[in-house]
Amino acid sequence: MTVANALVGSPIERVEDLRFLRGRGQYVGDLNFDDTLHAAVFRSPVAHGKLISVDKSAALAIPGVHAVFTAADLGDVIPYIPMRLHPLPELEPFWQPVVAYDKVRYVGEPIALVVADSAAIAEDGVDAIEVEIEPLPAVMTKPQAESGETLLFDKKGTNEVLGYRGYRGDVSIFDTAPYTRKERFTVQRHTAVPMEPRGLLAEWDAERQHLTMWGAAKVPFFNRRILSRLIGLAEDQILLVENDVGGGFGPRGEFYPEDFLLPFAARHLNKRIKWIEDRRENLMAMNHARECDCEVEIACDLKGRILGLRGRGVVDIGAYMRTNGAVGARNIAQFISGPYRVPNMNYEVGMIVTNKTPVGTYRGPGRFEADFFRERMLDMIAEDLGIDRVEIRRRNLVTHAEMPYRMASITPFDADDELDSGDYSETLDRCLAEIGWDEKAALNGKEIDGRYHGLGIACFVEAGGAGPKEFARVTLEKTGDYTVYVGSAAVGQGIETVFAQIAGDALEVPMSRITGVHHGSTRNVSDGFGAYHSRSTVMGGSAILDAVAKLKDMIRAEAGRRLNCSADAVEIVEGTTAIGPGGRSIALAELAAETDLSVEGSFINKRLSWAYGAHATHVAVDAETGHVEVLDYIAVEDVGRIINPLTMTGQIVGSIMQGLGGTFLEHFKYDENGQLLTGSLADYMLPTASDFPKVRGIPMGNHPSPMNPVGAKGGGEGGIFSVAGVIGNAVAAALKSFNVQPRDLPLSPPQIWELLQAARQSPSSPQ
Amino acid sequence: MKLPAFDYACPTTLAETISLLASSNGEARLLAGGQSLMPMMAFRIASPSLVIDMRKLPGLNRIEIDANGVRLGAMVRYCDILGDERLRTAHPLLVAAIEHVAHYQIRNRGTVGGSIAHADPAAETPGILVTCDAEITVLGESGTRVIAADDFFIAPLTTALEPGEMITQIRLPAWPAARRWGFQEFSRRRGDFAMAGAALFLDRDDVGLIANAHVGVIGVGDRAIRLPQVEAILNGATAVNDAMIAEIEKTTAASVEPFDDIHSSAAYRRSLAGTMVKRALKSALA
Amino acid sequence: MKIEFSVNGKPVEVEAEPRMTLADCLRHKLGLTGTHVGCEHGVCGACTIIVDGAAVRSCLMLAVQADGADITTVEGLSHEDRLTPLQTAFRRNHGLQCGYCTPGMLTTSHALLTNEPDCDADRVREVLSGNICRCTGYVSIVEAVLEARAAYRKDAEEDRA
Repeated sequence: MTVANALVGSPIERVEDLRFLRGRGQYVGDLNFDDTLHAAVFRSPVAHGKLISVDKSAALAIPGVHAVFTAADLGDVIPYIPMRLHPLPELEPFWQPVVAYDKVRYVGEPIALVVADSAAIAEDGVDAIEVEIEPLPAVMTKPQAESGETLLFDKKGTNEVLGYRGYRGDVSIFDTAPYTRKERFTVQRHTAVPMEPRGLLAEWDAERQHLTMWGAAKVPFFNRRILSRLIGLAEDQILLVENDVGGGFGPRGEFYPEDFLLPFAARHLNKRIKWIEDRRENLMAMNHARECDCEVEIACDLKGRILGLRGRGVVDIGAYMRTNGAVGARNIAQFISGPYRVPNMNYEVGMIVTNKTPVGTYRGPGRFEADFFRERMLDMIAEDLGIDRVEIRRRNLVTHAEMPYRMASITPFDADDELDSGDYSETLDRCLAEIGWDEKAALNGKEIDGRYHGLGIACFVEAGGAGPKEFARVTLEKTGDYTVYVGSAAVGQGIETVFAQIAGDALEVPMSRITGVHHGSTRNVSDGFGAYHSRSTVMGGSAILDAVAKLKDMIRAEAGRRLNCSADAVEIVEGTTAIGPGGRSIALAELAAETDLSVEGSFINKRLSWAYGAHATHVAVDAETGHVEVLDYIAVEDVGRIINPLTMTGQIVGSIMQGLGGTFLEHFKYDENGQLLTGSLADYMLPTASDFPKVRGIPMGNHPSPMNPVGAKGGGEGGIFSVAGVIGNAVAAALKSFNVQPRDLPLSPPQIWELLQAARQSPSSPQ
Repeated sequence: MKLPAFDYACPTTLAETISLLASSNGEARLLAGGQSLMPMMAFRIASPSLVIDMRKLPGLNRIEIDANGVRLGAMVRYCDILGDERLRTAHPLLVAAIEHVAHYQIRNRGTVGGSIAHADPAAETPGILVTCDAEITVLGESGTRVIAADDFFIAPLTTALEPGEMITQIRLPAWPAARRWGFQEFSRRRGDFAMAGAALFLDRDDVGLIANAHVGVIGVGDRAIRLPQVEAILNGATAVNDAMIAEIEKTTAASVEPFDDIHSSAAYRRSLAGTMVKRALKSALA
Repeated sequence: MKIEFSVNGKPVEVEAEPRMTLADCLRHKLGLTGTHVGCEHGVCGACTIIVDGAAVRSCLMLAVQADGADITTVEGLSHEDRLTPLQTAFRRNHGLQCGYCTPGMLTTSHALLTNEPDCDADRVREVLSGNICRCTGYVSIVEAVLEARAAYRKDAEEDRA
């Protein structure tokens, strides 16, 4: 008798915790090898200018400084960092060189790498570098970029980058629609800011002609491929090692200039070199995200049923097109329709370059933004048409019967995705019940002790499980225990536990017999695709199931040989013993002792899985200070199959908190010269424990995905999508008597106060 | 963000400290709790040639309370103030303000001397000192001098402290038991510097009229200031009615001179200062 | 400069240049890498350690200031391989994900609960507002600290007895 599915679905305490709780995690900064030199990066102090000269003599004169590398030391051709996602040729002119050589385009752009005996001396060296830059006007705003008066890339002739379009049906419906509304929204520049800054430790072994680099994360295999090309080594001459990773959320682990400069310097000096990004440079060097300005127009019938959606948005990608810098724009174009039936659509999202830090993905890229616009508009439309805010959503949600439901097509890099499965009304109903929507309805707009109360509701879909594939290896050890290797990467989400649960159930063994789950590093499996797009559990988990099935076949075949029977006649019991006809048996440990029982599996995925859900909140707005208190917040998400309710709930709640940060607090501000004004954690404000105490997340698993054998859908991001939309809706509901409509993030106290001031002066306001 | 190189001294007497300061050509910095100086050095905004650690200086960590008021040594930490039961009656306004200072770990090392030497216009300690007519004792080569708080704070990160001088003690005048007081501040997050804050107290004279009103604001200008126009409205009044509160709110907004910065417009801070004074007054009268 | 102090109950002697922070000294001179460095300017709280009984930010202290001090780091919270009740509560409540802020959360909470075993949720949140976590959303961390109070109350009672 075997126990199937005992682990999957249980709130198993994490195996990772045992080392983290005792201070025994090992992050790249924790590696203290002997004979290690330390690097620091000299970054452009100017946002835009011609790089005339770099004088490193004073830096080199400092005792303990070993070398300073600039573009001049890299040879005749400076490598550019290619794109990982959507590498369209039209985007290539905007790629970032690994080090600035002719121009600098943002404050923080690497100009030189100083290598010294200690990190402190390396920084002394950075301070001693003299650079001459002929300043050019900084392009900091959308109008400045669009005017083209100053170009970031002269040869390109424009600051406007190819955009994306989501289209479906025919938007001429707008000519005849009985109701339309057009609105403009903006989202401010902010990003992930994981608690561990980036770090790399590169080691060159001249004898073996082999490079080892610690500090890999997210997509080590892809980064090895890029590095191999840029640095001129074969892939098997490079090992990227993933250590414990202090938070990912999108930006961490992409290929950055330092990912070239460190190994280059290590190889050149034939030394081991460590670079740990400090927080100041983290805030100006790691991918930013989210900044956009979008106009959205929706056409409805008088019952509030959406007839069409159109408009145009612009994403500010900063100074260069980075590895995944186009994803935000693409996703706005796709996710603007969300979980709703939008029969006719034409939505374009362009991109512009400006003299700011380049952008990349941050948890829910494009979706956080698009969902803010769409959900705000639904509330405005409901108000105009005199329809209940929940009812307008019900009338437009794609129903179970309509699935698979084809969404708008996206071009370029064409995609036709389908909403695959589920019942969107279930999560909406649960969410309304949890917040107490009906009981609290009377609070909307009510003033209690000087604060105005309001409720908000919003719905979302979350795409997950991006392909193309993932690899896993499962090995039966000589001890009779099992080891799992997987191409997915850990970024703090607990995959060692989740994969052990999946493998344990598939192997029909307790978790204690899964002695290790090894991930990320490029030595474990033949290829790997990493951790992004809420894909690790879906893709890695499915690959593990394939590997387990193959391993079982292998065990049965080997046992059949030993027991003189066909493989089909062998039964594996409790992952421990192979039993043949007539009860003859052999211990698996014995088999493993004599034969190498290890097999790689894979999973190929062509269709995404679509999790979905709803958010609701209850806020109180202090009209004097503009402060919004979040009195209650709930997100409900159906993630197909819940592997571990503990970690799944953690993903939702953590996502919500990041979304609240982006909605209320976090903002990269620049002055007109392109200087970053929020370059410390005192000025770039992350949410803390006392800001939003009442946050709840509820994962549901009523509708397993038909797209993968695990049945899981990606669940790492849904908690962030709706946050700005639902908060904006609740604030609008609270301040209804002032007719305040939040359209711009962040909803900081001064911003809310300014909105109230403007509303009070407006003649349409009843106040 | 490694610190720039410096020499380090850890003197055990005030005399030694003064002589180290004097011989450093103004390039030395005193290290009290380090909660402001260390970040400044980490960003290399401050790069002193010599850091003089005050931790072994005798007598600077004492809190003394008598009929003349409260005397705080320069090395008294925020946690010392919060942990001293006597201060809850000897100076409840000070305690209430200090509860808003930064975070737990910072309060375990940050000192009142360090805070006032740093002179952030939004900081609580300077605000209380200005509001309460505190006196600051400083020691230099030529001896000791006493500076009124209002004269001490000049501009952001700028004080009346001369090169070679160090803060040794702060005296807050005695606190009558019947005094009414209020403290309010608004910051983006718990522990952040205030976008605006108000500290105030009022007494009653022999015939029951409001007297000796002291109203101070922080975070709305280049230093903490008192608002004599607001105090004038309160002094001599028999009671505070809604109309008076409205007038006080308006007068506050009109009397402060905040500037636009990365966190908000001057107009917002002006309004917020009015709100904070109003709320502090209401809590004082509640 | 040569300095001597006690870490996790053991006396140590270290050579540290004046500009070295206590955080870097612990991490790189003593190999106590459980103390994490997340901002180096006194905001994130990841480097929190306990110095003479008080939770402090080790990035805002010079190593030379620790001369003569009694220091506890995250490595010193548990003995051998057993988790303490606080650590157990963090694990049971999923009070950590990437683990980077965790040492600072544990040391801060340990100092708080040692001094105030009866603190309420507001106090826990107020104190932990000096420690940034980017993964959990804090809810599970606060739950964990509240759950761990019982063990500290028991310790306090035993100390009194």
